[in-house]
Formats: sequence, C-alpha cells, structure tokens
Amino acid sequence: MVKQMGDIQAENVEIEKKMREVARSLLIEKEVDVIIGYARGTVPLSSSPIFIKNVEDIDSLIWDNLCYVNLARYVVPPLTEFVDNEKVELKVGIVSKGCVARALIHLAKEKQVDPEKIKIIGIPCNGVVNRRRIEKELGEKEVLEISVSNDQVIVKGKDFEEVLPYQDYLNELCKTCKVKSPPMSSSLSDVIVGESIEISSVEDDFSDLSEYESKTPEEKWEVITELLSDCTRCYACREACPMCYCNLCFVDQNKPIWFGKTSEMSDIIVFHLVRAMHMAGRCVGCGACSSVCPMGIDLKLINRKLEKIVKERFDFTAGLSLDVMPPMMTQKMEDSEDFMLGEH
Amino acid sequence: MNKAVVESKQDEEWQPKIIAFLCNWCSYAGADLAGVSRIQYPPTIRVVRVPCSGRINPFFIIKSLIDGWDGVVVSGCHPGDCHYISGNLVARRRFAIVKELLDFIGIEPDRVHFMWASAAEGELFAVMIRKISELVKKLGPNKKFEKKW
Repeated sequence: MVKQMGDIQAENVEIEKKMREVARSLLIEKEVDVIIGYARGTVPLSSSPIFIKNVEDIDSLIWDNLCYVNLARYVVPPLTEFVDNEKVELKVGIVSKGCVARALIHLAKEKQVDPEKIKIIGIPCNGVVNRRRIEKELGEKEVLEISVSNDQVIVKGKDFEEVLPYQDYLNELCKTCKVKSPPMSSSLSDVIVGESIEISSVEDDFSDLSEYESKTPEEKWEVITELLSDCTRCYACREACPMCYCNLCFVDQNKPIWFGKTSEMSDIIVFHLVRAMHMAGRCVGCGACSSVCPMGIDLKLINRKLEKIVKERFDFTAGLSLDVMPPMMTQKMEDSEDFMLGEH
Repeated sequence: MNKAVVESKQDEEWQPKIIAFLCNWCSYAGADLAGVSRIQYPPTIRVVRVPCSGRINPFFIIKSLIDGWDGVVVSGCHPGDCHYISGNLVARRRFAIVKELLDFIGIEPDRVHFMWASAAEGELFAVMIRKISELVKKLGPNKKFEKKW
C-alpha cells in the first residue's frame, strides 16, 4: 500500500516523542514494571531491543525505520523477577507497532500471554526498511550512517553516499500491511494505550501472489528452490518469530527424526514448508524472519500465502481481536471440502 | 533376485507406490470390505492403520514424500461419523492447509489425496484407489525430495 508520505523523518520524531511520553507516564504511575522498546543499535542499519525499568532511561527509547524486531518475542515465557525469594511476574509495557500488537493479541489468545500483565504502547508504524536489501545493494562497502528523509533512504559510508528510493527498499510485507497501528476492540480497551485504530477485518486482494500462483508445479518448484538456495538453516527466522515458542522445535527433535539435518535442498524446503504449516492462522506478517535472515532471504511469498489461505478459507486474520477463535483451534461441520477427492 | 525375475520386472510397466493412511473405524473397514467382497483394485497402495484421521500429523504426509512414496492417500470417516466425534473435522482443516501449501511449493496436487470412505463403502474405496493410482501413475515417480548425496 503506497501511503502519501510526508516527511518520514519528521513523522518518526513525532512518534518517538509521543511514545516516550506514554512510556514515562506508565512507569511513573507504576502501571508497568518494565518497558520493552527499541534502542539505537551498536552498528548502523540496526536497532536493538531494550528493557527499561528506570524513568531516567526513557530517553534511550527510539523509533525509526530500522526497528524490525518483533518485541512480542520477549514476553513468552513471561518476564519474572525474584522479590523476597518469590518469583513475581512483571507487568510489561511493550512498544507496539501494528504487527507487534497483533502478535501479542494472538499470543494472548493462545494463552501464552496474560492480557492483564501487559500494556500495549501503540505507535503508528510507517514501514520498516529492509536492511539486508541495502547491504546487498551496496556489496562490500561499509555503511556508517543511515537516515531517512522525505521518501529517500540516504546511506553514508567512508567515501560514498547513496540515495535510495524509500518505497523500493521497504520490507515487502510492509508494502501490503493494512494494520499499521494496534487494532483496537472493546475487549482490548484497557490493554492498549497510545495510538490505535478500530479494525475488525482486513480487506486484501492478494494480487501480489497471482503471478506466482499461475505457474505450473515445475516452475513453482524452481522459484522456491532458487529462493531458498542460500538458506544455511541457521534458524534465525525461528528465533526471531514471536509465534515460535515451542519447548522442543520439530527441527531439534531426534525421536523420531522427521527429516534430515543437512543443508541439502530437500531438507531446507521441508524445514520451511513445515514451519509455514505451523504458522497457518498465526503468522501476523511482521517480516521479522526476513529482516533477520543473514543470507537475505525474503520469506514474504510464504507469509503472504498463509495469510491468503486463512483469509479465504476461514475468513480470519491473525491477531485482530480477542473474541475470534483462531481457525486451527476450532472446526466447523460445514467447512469447505473442495480440496478433497470426490466420487466423480 | 535371479536374472530372469529382474528382466521380467524391467519389462513391466512402472507402477506407483502409494501409502494410504486409513482410519481404523471407517476406511480401514471399508478397505477390508472391498477385500472380502473381492472387488478388484490396483495393488499400488500400502495401508497404514491409524486410530483416526485426526491422528495424522502433516509430517506423516511430508515424510512419506521425502522417503520416496509416489503418492499419499489419507482417508477417514465422513464428517459427523467420527468415532471420536470431531477428529476428522479437525483433520480436515489441517489437510486443507497441507494441500494448499504443498501445491504452493510446487508438489503436483495429484500426489496427495484426501477422501472419506465409510465401513460400508468398499465399492467406493476401490473406485477411489483406482482413480488415485491412475492420477499418480500419470505423474511418474516422485523425485523432488531425492537427495543428491
């Protein structure tokens, strides 16, 4: 979705200011014990998560177009602290763009997060720049500074300066994102503070998938093999994903060994295929998996397909409200059977 | 295997190997009925009996494909007839996603099939297996997941 961009830099400063205000008042009024947010990264082109307990540290919270981590990752399992030899669950305030809030809401639905223990500090997101793509574009040159102004990404290094169009270097999933701020509904009114939007269902035409879907199986296989050929199975995508919280992941399981541990193509594809299956009806399309991939693989094709299947079959979009049951947790007698083999 | 057998095997037409996961309460009994009624169907399927179609982990299907089975059939009780009340309904949602994703990554949609067959439908079971064998035969051997080394 192409939003008419004002000055992104100015927008970010405004968001940052509001976010700090809300976070500060939450900490001062003791509504939360700890704030999870984004801080300046140690290297350019990055941001790092930060846990803030003291009001003085609030100013290290930042918001810019490189805040790609999904912070919902840090509340499963719940944050705890020892007070008088007793384990106490902390109340957490989480700086949330649309997708972080959706992940939190979905995790609450899966009973991984207690909605009474979290406060969603809503901020309107204006997209995340895909840093891997910039790195790929620049090759071996070392980036020292990056800034966004108007609709340009300006990358500076030792003896070069490059201006890249913002829209082209946006995360693929951010381009199609329809929920920029946390989705508000009546059951969430005391969880969300700050910016939010009223939204009960997402309209999407998935036209970005139609070209791929019209291919023959052979062509599809070729595209997927090409896409994943760089994968080294480092599992960074799994580690960054807020929905991957299983105690024992299927890739670590060795009894039974479902599939090989090699980085051969068939094993790689099976890994991504099964991970996708586990994400059905749960993926919130935050793009964290693509942002953290050290090989720069963009998994948006698979993420978008999942969104499409769930939307078309079960009319569901993950993480919009606490009242709707996720499709894989329930079933209906009249579900569609169009994929099954009939008598004729 | 002696030489004569090997030669005669080479002359034979290629037959697909299909793994069939049949639910204990309906489809397995259906297959049994087809057997005792002496209804003919191609000897392409190898049956695995499972307690319920809801028992089937999508990994069963994928592992079968990795291990080189040319086709996979999953059959359970008709909706509403499940011995465990809603096992097949849960499975149906799962299968819908498995089927779409397999198709999406480029596995031919005709390799993996889902069907319902009750204990009384021996005839139907045979018809379906005939149909599936035909479809899989047309696709040829499953080589996508074959390892290079």
